[in-house]
Amino acid sequence: MTLLQLIFLAAAALTLGAAVMVVTTSRLVHAALWLILALAGVAVLFALLDAPFLAIVQVVVYIGAIAILIIFAAMLTRRVMQDSGRQTTRTWWLGLLAALLLFGGLVVLVLQVPGFQAAGGAAPDPQANLIDLGRSLVDVNAFILPFELASVLLLAALIGAMFVARPESRKPPGGKSGTPGGEA
Amino acid sequence: MIPLTWYLLLSAALLCIGIYGVLSRRNAVAILMGIELMLNAVNLNLVAFWRYLSPAVISGQVFAVMVFAVAASEAAVGLALIISIYRRRSTVVAEEIDLMKW
Repeated sequence: MTLLQLIFLAAAALTLGAAVMVVTTSRLVHAALWLILALAGVAVLFALLDAPFLAIVQVVVYIGAIAILIIFAAMLTRRVMQDSGRQTTRTWWLGLLAALLLFGGLVVLVLQVPGFQAAGGAAPDPQANLIDLGRSLVDVNAFILPFELASVLLLAALIGAMFVARPESRKPPGGKSGTPGGEA
Repeated sequence: MIPLTWYLLLSAALLCIGIYGVLSRRNAVAILMGIELMLNAVNLNLVAFWRYLSPAVISGQVFAVMVFAVAASEAAVGLALIISIYRRRSTVVAEEIDLMKW
């Protein structure tokens, strides 16, 4: 067993353990913190897969933006669902059954396909790889259209999020602007 | 060298944990966390396939970048919806948000 395999096993155990805590712990903020740990474990796995750029993006986008957004939402909606309340649905065992069945099926499938035993071959040069990735995102013959679509999607999603989450009844500017109230 | 199968099994396990979270949690924010776990599992799968089966073609990484963008928009819109629902109905419990239930 090589050092890389040991690192992989440690990162995998960290990721899976943190993920299990995310779905089982009853305190929502704790679940968000465990989610950060799981995402960090996935970042380690990206680094092991010779994709350092994706590891950095994982830290910046997932941990830096998405997890923080989730923590904000958990804190903003904290009052309604006290941590002592019931956190799982009545049919949680059905969900567990479905997840276990799917996992069993996937394991059988993965172990049966012969091509999946392939060794990786030589590691790609990370610098050339990153340059290649950057060029292909703006290359007319490669991925410029999906890239632009993704940016439009992000812009639309952010404007939509601002529109959806704005306060419900805003007073018209000419009206009784001096009185407090109207905030949700 | 780490076998590809290890990565696939790990991402299958991560996906199933996420599915369990989505199916069993009552809190809408916790459901979104399960979705994030599932998206991460998919990303891990994509990058592992890129690294082991076709490291010369960059498409695998581009796919992962697209998944990042979609995950960010999904989180923003989802959390905005949850906060909006919380404002109007004072609940984030998924089974109480049943206005459109037949």
